[in-house]
Amino acid sequence: MIVLGLEGTAWNLSAALVDERDVIAEDHSTYVPAKGGIHPREAAQHHAEHMAKVVRSVLSKAREMDRMPEAIAFSQGPGLGPCLRTVATAARALALRFDLPLVGVNHCIAHIEVGKWRTGSRDPAVLYVSGGNSQVLALRRGRYRIFGETLDISVGNALDKFARSVGLSHPGGPKIEELALCAKQYIPLPYTVKGMDFSFSGLSTAATEAARRHELADVCYSLQETAFAMLVEVTERAMAHAEKEEALLVGGVGANRRLGEMLNLMCWERGARFFLPDKGFMGDNGSMIAYTGLIMLKSGVVTPIEQSKVIPLYRPDDVEVTWA
Amino acid sequence: MEIGRGAEAVVTLEDGRVRKSRMAKGYRVPELDRQIRQERTLRESRITSEARRFGVPTPIICDISCYDLFMEHIAGSKLKDVITMELAEQAGEVVGRLHSGGIVHGDLTTSNMIVREGRICLIDFGLAYHDPSIEAQGVDVHVLFQTLASTHDRSDELRLAFVAGYRRTHGRWEAVLERVEQIKARGRYL
Repeated sequence: MIVLGLEGTAWNLSAALVDERDVIAEDHSTYVPAKGGIHPREAAQHHAEHMAKVVRSVLSKAREMDRMPEAIAFSQGPGLGPCLRTVATAARALALRFDLPLVGVNHCIAHIEVGKWRTGSRDPAVLYVSGGNSQVLALRRGRYRIFGETLDISVGNALDKFARSVGLSHPGGPKIEELALCAKQYIPLPYTVKGMDFSFSGLSTAATEAARRHELADVCYSLQETAFAMLVEVTERAMAHAEKEEALLVGGVGANRRLGEMLNLMCWERGARFFLPDKGFMGDNGSMIAYTGLIMLKSGVVTPIEQSKVIPLYRPDDVEVTWA
Repeated sequence: MEIGRGAEAVVTLEDGRVRKSRMAKGYRVPELDRQIRQERTLRESRITSEARRFGVPTPIICDISCYDLFMEHIAGSKLKDVITMELAEQAGEVVGRLHSGGIVHGDLTTSNMIVREGRICLIDFGLAYHDPSIEAQGVDVHVLFQTLASTHDRSDELRLAFVAGYRRTHGRWEAVLERVEQIKARGRYL
């Protein structure tokens, strides 16, 4: 089966065509703000403007290979309302135009499923970290349950905020990672874990304060070390609590090599296995939506047009996992 | 003899006493690692004893060294494995007493409550702290409700049973539960 997937919950607009085995085609266009952070309406306008080009590029490749989609999948949420609506409108139009079934996909679950698909992980505790989300999840009784999550902002948001406050341009994460490599010392910053939950807003502010008195490289390093230690600790707690022998890292912040290294060490120390998808599948991408749509469809899930309204606060545990 | 291994500590039984040793974690920088282990060991020894003054059953602490804690052995089952509506209600009473005393546990889960002869004993105070605020107690209860939802069937009923016990022992129960609803709505995408 071949599915066309559309993703555009935040920065990145992406369309992809996949079958059970691999990605057939993918194209994307990323919104870049003139300054500061993401502006939802501007991002949505960007998506609307580039939708036709991105979809056409994927479909033309499909035509060349004579492998046309048999269903349309789109990310229904969570995400920024205006962006979600733009993508959903395009998905509905395509489904109606080509008379294909439509599947609304939960964006968080798509990150998890594509990660499992690409790495071969079977039953992991998942650390999902991005600009909008920071969660630790695991499958239990037919749903991805949230074991821990941020009590305020996501880790990606904390890194971005700090980066902006010290004058680093967007995206801040990779620049912080690079600077951290030149650090000479660790500066203590607030470490906030509450049970299985964590909090990043105080840490981001403290790092901004520290940057006034210390070398920027040292602060970048200390911010990463502290934030990631919190995430790894909670992932380990979830593994112990849910009795999982695997950990999987997904989401845009997952592209940070230090975070992957720390999780790998944690797993090694407790005799568990660690799975890290290729970088191309870490950030938001159309393939994850297409693939998750595909396995959902094969398990019998279809989203009728009248139920295809976007869900900006869509929770992963709202979705019954019918395909596992 | 090893009797338990959690995410952060190994628990062994030595001469009838429990020894809880916080392990070094290779993934975090040594300064942070030492600081976390030391601070939590000290915190746990202090607050475990203090909680008893408010009528919260906890193990008796015998001795403490840098990263090790020696305490009374509570032979029982984790609440996680034996939970009933009655026990959930009793958990509510115990947590209510703790909160009335101005103590926040910091890691309330059904694995951190041991049931011995039908009585719940609260353990693992490594993340506990003093905070009489509604916000801190709200997060504490929120963390527990999350475990109920992720770990147990009939979590809605268990939550209600917990509340029935909690309101009996904690004067400000209503404000705390209101806050739990607000906390739930935070930290979400947008």
